[in-house]
Amino acid sequence: MNEDYPLAEKHPDQLRTPTGRPFAAITLHAAVAGEIGMEDLRITPEALEWQARIAESEGRTQLAENLRRAAELTRLPDERILEIYEALRPGRSDKAALERLADELERDYGAFRCARLLRDAAV
Amino acid sequence: MQARAPESAVRFTSKRFAARAARPVNRDACAQEWPEAGLAVFWSPFDPKPSLRIEAGRVVELDGTPEAQFDWLDRFIARYALDLQAAEEAMALEPLAVARQIVDPHVPRRRVVRLVSGLTPARLVEVVNCLNVVEMMMALQKMRARRTPANQAHVTNRKENPALLAADAAEAAERGFAELETTVGVARYAPLNALAVLIGSQAATRGAALTQCAVEEALGLRLALLGLTTYAETLSVYGTEAAFRDGDDTPWSKAFLASAYASRGVKVRFTSGTGSEALMGHAEGKSMLYLEARCLMAVKGAGAQGVQNGSISCIALPEALPGGVRGVLAENLMAALLDLEVATGNDAMASHSEIRKTAKLMLQFLPGADFIFSGYSSMPREDNLFGGGNFDAEDLDDYNILQRDMQVDGGLRPVREPEILEVRRRAARAGQAVFQELGLPPVTDEEVESAVTARSSADMPDRDVVADLAAAEALLRAGRNSLDVIRALARRGFPDLAEKLLAVQKLRVSGDYLQTSAILVPSGRVLSAVNDPNDYAGPGTGYRPSPERVAEINDVPQAADPRTIGAEPGEAVLAELGEAAPGVDPQEVILAVGPAFGTALRATLTGLPHRDVIRALVAGIEAEGMRARLIKVRDTADCGWIGWKGAQLSGSGIAVGLQSKGTTVIHRRDLAPLNNLELFPQAPNLTLESYRVIGRNAAKYAKGEPVLPVPVEIDNFARLKWIVAATVLHRRETEQVRAGAPPVEVRLL
Repeated sequence: MNEDYPLAEKHPDQLRTPTGRPFAAITLHAAVAGEIGMEDLRITPEALEWQARIAESEGRTQLAENLRRAAELTRLPDERILEIYEALRPGRSDKAALERLADELERDYGAFRCARLLRDAAV
Repeated sequence: MQARAPESAVRFTSKRFAARAARPVNRDACAQEWPEAGLAVFWSPFDPKPSLRIEAGRVVELDGTPEAQFDWLDRFIARYALDLQAAEEAMALEPLAVARQIVDPHVPRRRVVRLVSGLTPARLVEVVNCLNVVEMMMALQKMRARRTPANQAHVTNRKENPALLAADAAEAAERGFAELETTVGVARYAPLNALAVLIGSQAATRGAALTQCAVEEALGLRLALLGLTTYAETLSVYGTEAAFRDGDDTPWSKAFLASAYASRGVKVRFTSGTGSEALMGHAEGKSMLYLEARCLMAVKGAGAQGVQNGSISCIALPEALPGGVRGVLAENLMAALLDLEVATGNDAMASHSEIRKTAKLMLQFLPGADFIFSGYSSMPREDNLFGGGNFDAEDLDDYNILQRDMQVDGGLRPVREPEILEVRRRAARAGQAVFQELGLPPVTDEEVESAVTARSSADMPDRDVVADLAAAEALLRAGRNSLDVIRALARRGFPDLAEKLLAVQKLRVSGDYLQTSAILVPSGRVLSAVNDPNDYAGPGTGYRPSPERVAEINDVPQAADPRTIGAEPGEAVLAELGEAAPGVDPQEVILAVGPAFGTALRATLTGLPHRDVIRALVAGIEAEGMRARLIKVRDTADCGWIGWKGAQLSGSGIAVGLQSKGTTVIHRRDLAPLNNLELFPQAPNLTLESYRVIGRNAAKYAKGEPVLPVPVEIDNFARLKWIVAATVLHRRETEQVRAGAPPVEVRLL
């Protein structure tokens, strides 16, 4: 059993929102006062990496890899994510188009794991 | 040949055959196997032989297919799902040897997971095929990821009424469902339905459920990004490339989608299930289970934490074939073996037959699953937009009794009406307030009140569908999100709901519920395979309901307190006059009553006052010109003995023996104690008129006249209804027994 889990109970002090707010700062008062936005109700790449390590410690290699891909995708806007998903669906993109997307993921977002997934999909 | 409905297919000569033909089970489709069409559950002659060749760390042959001929599934499984390090040992083992380790409680779950991670799809099917259903149930008990079982509900209605959705969501959460899934009749309703269920899910007094909305993938992701859903489930995968293509995805697009959800901290579960490929015309002659093994390995390869399977909406197809129900359990088990969270189906209607659907449920209910249902219809079947619901709102008391009968934690708890009315009202009002705050078409007070007490959407007023749909689109366009909902709730006097909803949204920040098999428990804690791992290792290990949970399961509202039965004090209706002497009058018929009759007890099982029973008997006796003498037998509570002892003292030799609960016998002096002239063993079937006729018959026996036995209706269900009361009243009678005390004369007060 992983001693760090659940993070919200064991390490709330080390959790942050993507805007740098402490986990404890997400309160109803702050929400009503408009001090936090949807961008605060998101996971950080650091927390995803932590969860990936927890998954790994439980022997869940593929789940860990998924969480690490997710950590990369935290840097992408919602719309871009939806577009890439759409491009991956059958018949939407040829090999070259997926290669270009993979290049973009690497170049603009440092999303190497996602880029590898896209290149692997491109046949 | 034309397709015909099964019930019209055969005409029988025998009336018994005809009666059976009309039974619900014979309305279910039932067919022989046809492997070429994918109509085979466990095995097809076209299934590949298991094989795995690895060269330089690369899979070059998978289940007989060389790398050059890999389809999407082969390629994806070889690349992402198979653990090549575990494969060497695992593939070298005989399937039976693996099967035995799966069931053996001494082999740790972790060891089995590691072995299975090195099996190819065809070998995995061979392995589970070594197990019968009892072994599979033992295996599921050991192999499911989370120790504590849970349950998911469907929440939909035909009118897509938001007040009713909110109320039903709240009730479902209150009843213990850990997850709520809604969907749409009209796709554009999705944002409103998701919103209504989200609000309702937090209105329960106990419990807080996670919510999802089953819609097209891109829309589903959008709802999740806005926080209007808190997890996603319908990421469907298929066991052949052609079916995948028709489903408008590839294994890679699905893997990307899984990561996309996780990148926003949202839990996802994939969907698969036997029969889908055959229904889509793309089974390629393979058995359902082989294709499902491929699906599940694709799910694992994509890095999803879990899956719902168990045929899901295709369930009627495997059920039509030999081994279909066993196959469904086998696919659930394969998911657990692959270390995936599994929601084990039982959602779509599987049979017309109540016997058959319940028997099927037992395969998941008894061993327990991460989610026993991947959608229990929490409303009546006609409101279920997922195509019915194998169990629905009206089966909930049955379900709770099954938990109580088997002492099995099926994830639900019994409830009382007042608490349910309260949470339904709170949910509907909160929905009304949020709709107003967000500028959505109003939810009227009438809708709120109807939602509190409605049986189904037929009890709800109609809404302006055009306005709702326009508002739904505007809501999505404006990007209104869960924070807007939280603020609206807080502003409109629902700070507790706002607080709970915020706690659920904070899961997105910690990501704790991204781990395998995560649920929220009523305290707000996350429970998953990480902090609640299944540690089953034989008797005394694994999940055992706590004493508190057992008490909760046992506390169904209809359970009567047996201590109160016959316990109310009252005036005695009989007075004792002294020891009863033998009678000499041949016109005398004795009424011999039991030790509690008219004193410690005053009425029969069904509540007939003892005074009235005596009067009816006396009236019957006197109508025949005979005389009744009343005595009380004090040293036995047995009906036969009471009557026999009365007969020994009777001038005519005839006596009527009466237990306090109303059981009656007509006895004669020369018969053995447990023999009789007439016995009326079922007190619930006796009326005052019956007692009058019993008195008349006793008098006729005394006169030596021919007697037609008292006609008594036999209700075989009487025992089911009255057995506890009969037991308690008889106990009260035996408490009054005084050993050796002779019978006494009594008179009616």
